Amino acid sequence: MAPAIKPRIRLDKKEAKVGDVVEVKALVSHTMETGLRKDTSGQTVPRKILNKFTCTVNGKEVFAADFETAISANPYIQFKFKARESGPVILTWYDDDGSTIVGEESIKVT
Amino acid sequence: MSLIVDRRGALALGLGATASVSLGGIGAPAFAANDANDVIQKFTSGKKPTESLVKLDIPEIAENGATVPMTVSVESPMTEQSYVKELLVLADENPRATVATFRFSPLGGVAEVNTRIRLGGTQHVIAIAKMNDDSVHMASKPIKVTVGGCGG
Repeated sequence: MAPAIKPRIRLDKKEAKVGDVVEVKALVSHTMETGLRKDTSGQTVPRKILNKFTCTVNGKEVFAADFETAISANPYIQFKFKARESGPVILTWYDDDGSTIVGEESIKVT
Repeated sequence: MSLIVDRRGALALGLGATASVSLGGIGAPAFAANDANDVIQKFTSGKKPTESLVKLDIPEIAENGATVPMTVSVESPMTEQSYVKELLVLADENPRATVATFRFSPLGGVAEVNTRIRLGGTQHVIAIAKMNDDSVHMASKPIKVTVGGCGG
């Protein structure tokens, strides 16, 4: 497999008060091959997508998604969570081939 | 009318009279094109979603179906007592109906998501939210796609 893909993740704030809404924006490079497309020789290109995404804050899942083939290439996801505890914000994308793409940020809650 | 009922019997079952009547005004979705009916049935366990609480934000016209920005939010206090469990997004004319399923929890505290989706052509995008009490709410919007984005 190609070298590990590094997702681009942005939190709109690094420090928050309890109850503040934190916005997460994340972009990852991936072709999200649908399995419907044919290459120039007429062969169907096999499906290869990121089929699942999760976000945990301090080990607790705050948001998750199951992606289908109708998610665009280089999937972008933006969501929000309410700040409760300081800790790592870990975003994980699960590939059809079993590999994962992991990105980590952190949030400090005061 | 009887023809429509025959062809869309499952729609009437799945979405109920209120939904189909109000959707009728903007052109009822042609749900027969893909597996949208089955997916909705399975997701709602046969319940009729009410057209409320869900806000679906997509452009009216998309020049490029390969990447269409979409924001979906659900009105909910997002507490342990009342929260959005799952949000299903469908496209009724795509080769496969399901676009994505988003899972929320009171730990997250906000039921809002923005992503970019692929649309194979002019169609309806449907968002259905399932609450923790298993009630279902929906929103649907037509979108005109100039160039499809599903390849092939």
